[in-house]
Amino acid sequence: MDEHRKQDGSSAVLPSSQSLRRLAISESGFVFDPVSGHHFTVNETGLEILHHLQKEQDLPELLSLLGREYSVGTRELERDVVEFAGMLRKFIGD
Amino acid sequence: MMAPTVAITGMNARPDNPGPGVAVARCLKESPEFKGRIIGLGYDALDPGLYLREYCDAAYLLPYPSAGDEAFITSLQAIHEAEHIDVIIPCLDAELPGMVRLTPQFDEMGIRYLMPTPGQLQLRNKDRLPELASHAGIHCPEIKTVSQVGFFYQCQDEGWSYPLVVKGLFYGASIVDSADEAADAFREIAAQWGYPVLVQRVVEGEEYNLTAVCDGSGRMLGEVMMKKMAVTDKGKAWSGVSIFDQTLYDASAALIKAINWRGPLEVEVMRDHQGRYQLIEINPRFPAWIYLSAGVGRNLPLILLRLILDEATGELPDAQPGVLFIRHAVETIVPQSEFESVIMNGGQHLS
Repeated sequence: MDEHRKQDGSSAVLPSSQSLRRLAISESGFVFDPVSGHHFTVNETGLEILHHLQKEQDLPELLSLLGREYSVGTRELERDVVEFAGMLRKFIGD
Repeated sequence: MMAPTVAITGMNARPDNPGPGVAVARCLKESPEFKGRIIGLGYDALDPGLYLREYCDAAYLLPYPSAGDEAFITSLQAIHEAEHIDVIIPCLDAELPGMVRLTPQFDEMGIRYLMPTPGQLQLRNKDRLPELASHAGIHCPEIKTVSQVGFFYQCQDEGWSYPLVVKGLFYGASIVDSADEAADAFREIAAQWGYPVLVQRVVEGEEYNLTAVCDGSGRMLGEVMMKKMAVTDKGKAWSGVSIFDQTLYDASAALIKAINWRGPLEVEVMRDHQGRYQLIEINPRFPAWIYLSAGVGRNLPLILLRLILDEATGELPDAQPGVLFIRHAVETIVPQSEFESVIMNGGQHLS
């Protein structure tokens, strides 16, 4: 089984797209969760990842997309995205 | 809307723990639909709402609930003769039992209200919350009634450990870390609010509140939910943000249905580290942060007034999430003549 997927096929690493779709994301990088009342800010890269995650829940595809845009090693990129996803999950209580 | 004269209690507004009355009056006065008069009712000559002419047309002092029902109704009758009160909105926990007892007299005087029955009021008492929560399918930290200070020195034998919360039946709550601290809190709360004193297990997490109006048929109308963003030393909201969480909605709706609540109320919950809501309190009145309801497009005091006056509440707009309130302290300048009038005459006209 894919180590990034749960038995139901959803990502074990990424927050659920259902939770992410409820977020109010401003292009300024201000993000508000209308369910938990939490807010946080993200930079341009974080904003891009968030937009992508709201539509697509495929980690390898996200890494491939980011790999084409940013000159960074695959392992470093995966580590950073997984860390970012972990922070997101914590913020939205997923 | 008709032009009713509405009496509102709870005109105290100390920054660390304000009463809801001023905010309720503000919701009504600032609504273009409200054409009536507001009579502010307070218990202390330093209650600021008694001097706020932007929210109150007249203001009067009432005897404290501890003076008894007769003193209260005599005072209210005198105010009624002067002001012809159409509606009364009680805003303080401690006065609710007496107010509910006095509803037959309100009926005789032609004063309208929307209040719970004595039975409904008792069902949401702090010492009965676990039973109610269980019935409604929501978690609730264990609560115990304590009548002797010795409990705090032996509580470990009964499976209680520090920190824990010491609470009054109506008001007051302190988180204590030791038996000595608990004993001090116990004596202070007992002296101020009487017995019994309650202890509750501490729930760590974030506090969320819901306020709504209920018509006595088990329905919850116009709910507004809020997450506290900053609190005073007493744990009262200093700022908050509106939210919408279906889980909190369902839990609150189940609680209200279980007791067929009538009138305004506030449900206080903690979201623990496992993401579960734990019921902390149900307050039988609007909260002090009720002005947020007007801020999110659901003016709950106005909705309450419509229900009391048998007017249609109409379709309520969704409460907009992400709207903040930030409280601030304001000095009101009071001419000596106004203070004198409240002290010597028990009230004054402001308009």
